[in-house]
Amino acid sequence: MDMFVPFAAIAASALFILSLMWMSHPSTARRGVRAGEAGMAIAIIGALIHHDIVSYDLIVLAMVAGAAVGIPMALLMPMTAIPQRTAISHAFGALAVGLIGAAEYYKHAQPQFAGTFVMGALMFEMILGFLTCTASVVAFAKLQGLLPSKAVVFPGQRIVNGAVALTGIAIAVMLTMDPTQTWLFPIFVAIALLFGVLLVIPIGGADMPTVIALLNSYAGLAASAMGFALGNKLLIVAGALDGASGFILALIMCKAMNRSFANVMFGGFGAVAAGAVSGKDDRVVRSASAEEAALQMENASTVVIIPGYGMAVSQAQHKVSELYQALTKKGVDVKFAIHPVAGRMPGHMNVLLAEANVPYEQLVELDDVNPDMPQTDVALIIGANDTINPAARDDPSSGIAGMPIIEADRARSVFVIKRSMSAGFAGVDNPIYFNANTQMLFGDAKEMVGAIAKELSGGGSGMGH
Amino acid sequence: MTALNPDYVFVFILAAFLGLQLIKKVSPLLHSPLMSLTNAIAAVVIVGAIHITGEEGATPLAKTLGTIAVFCATVNLVSGFMITDRMLKMFKRKEG
Repeated sequence: MDMFVPFAAIAASALFILSLMWMSHPSTARRGVRAGEAGMAIAIIGALIHHDIVSYDLIVLAMVAGAAVGIPMALLMPMTAIPQRTAISHAFGALAVGLIGAAEYYKHAQPQFAGTFVMGALMFEMILGFLTCTASVVAFAKLQGLLPSKAVVFPGQRIVNGAVALTGIAIAVMLTMDPTQTWLFPIFVAIALLFGVLLVIPIGGADMPTVIALLNSYAGLAASAMGFALGNKLLIVAGALDGASGFILALIMCKAMNRSFANVMFGGFGAVAAGAVSGKDDRVVRSASAEEAALQMENASTVVIIPGYGMAVSQAQHKVSELYQALTKKGVDVKFAIHPVAGRMPGHMNVLLAEANVPYEQLVELDDVNPDMPQTDVALIIGANDTINPAARDDPSSGIAGMPIIEADRARSVFVIKRSMSAGFAGVDNPIYFNANTQMLFGDAKEMVGAIAKELSGGGSGMGH
Repeated sequence: MTALNPDYVFVFILAAFLGLQLIKKVSPLLHSPLMSLTNAIAAVVIVGAIHITGEEGATPLAKTLGTIAVFCATVNLVSGFMITDRMLKMFKRKEG
């Protein structure tokens, strides 16, 4: 039986790699999930039949309980809650990593310990594991609305964070040198947990895509570190793949905001929001009704819809899909322009629109849609703000200067669905609302889109083309 | 196993570079499912949790920590794979 064990690890690694390879395109992606599941099954069987394993009762019990929690979680979770689920799932994974590290530590906490390298790897693994756990819980609470999604900033924050981090590292080094100092260990764990909280509280809601991606990366690196400590190559491979994935996604998110990692993590960006909204404004805003918007879209040959977090908040995706169907039926070419940081996690808008049965060929990326914007008849902005702010392109003094945007303002006419005239997450003034070709549709995204769709399909005006 | 085994570094570097290349090819359409898939794959740490829970001479503390870790990792991998598949099922082409 034991002969099988090393081959199980090789087979599982290969299947995980295939899984990611097939994930590249929607047509093969589900095969990727199958490959991942098969790899996982082989890895678990390999672990269970290992000759070291003598008792199975607790393992089976924990696996059954885990499945009993995990299955309903996967089946019942609404798609709008995907960012939260991802965050809490990182917390579970990271907690597992931390606890395994703790158990390994106590096993080796004796004078003839396993060696400084193993201890060092365990400490590294536990720092990442425990901090990712609490950081993910805070991210979850912010996304779920249990905590305010605004950045929490206090004076001296960086100094406090730096001191906590240094203390944690110092204790980790002491424990690596002399693991018998077991009294230090709970302090070490507490500091790692605390640091996770400190790391995420200064990060505002709209930076969540980057943070979630980064936590994904940390969870992977922690798994890899565990592989180094336990001498398990499968863990090293799986952790490296996960770490690489989170890292690339975080990079994409940063690039899409023209910001650096350091700026996202330590910038406290959302904090500016309160002060930056100017009091009086004499610029003119034109507002329109659903009927007027419907009429104009009906007579358009191309419409580009630009969704943002506001679409997710008001759960408007199904109404948006109805609007898409109605316009398509009338021969209008409808595309959806998706900004990489729209929503609260990478790919958030795509999942919501796919859920609402919008075919994925209609979803286009920023770089592909911008050249077509000047030939677009109508741009409809639903709950997006900073991602379409022309100040990022035109005004070097803007708070979001240099951020790549969807150039909605270049369309012939622009409709913006917005609840009120408040500034976006970044608190940056958005001149698109005052442009001569912009009309505001004030109201809830779901109701407004529903009203336009209704105008188009049923209560239609029947006016000529 | 008192010092760093260079084989592990070798494996890590190759896997990390492979990962970077593979992930770059993933369509931005699928970034959400990608994240839940890699999250599920990282739950392979269950292998370590199984070991510390079930090995001969495991202390009650190790068994307790290990059992919780097996539970957490199972939640992660079961829900991770299932929800990834649920998301992917929704991505449809245009009819006809």
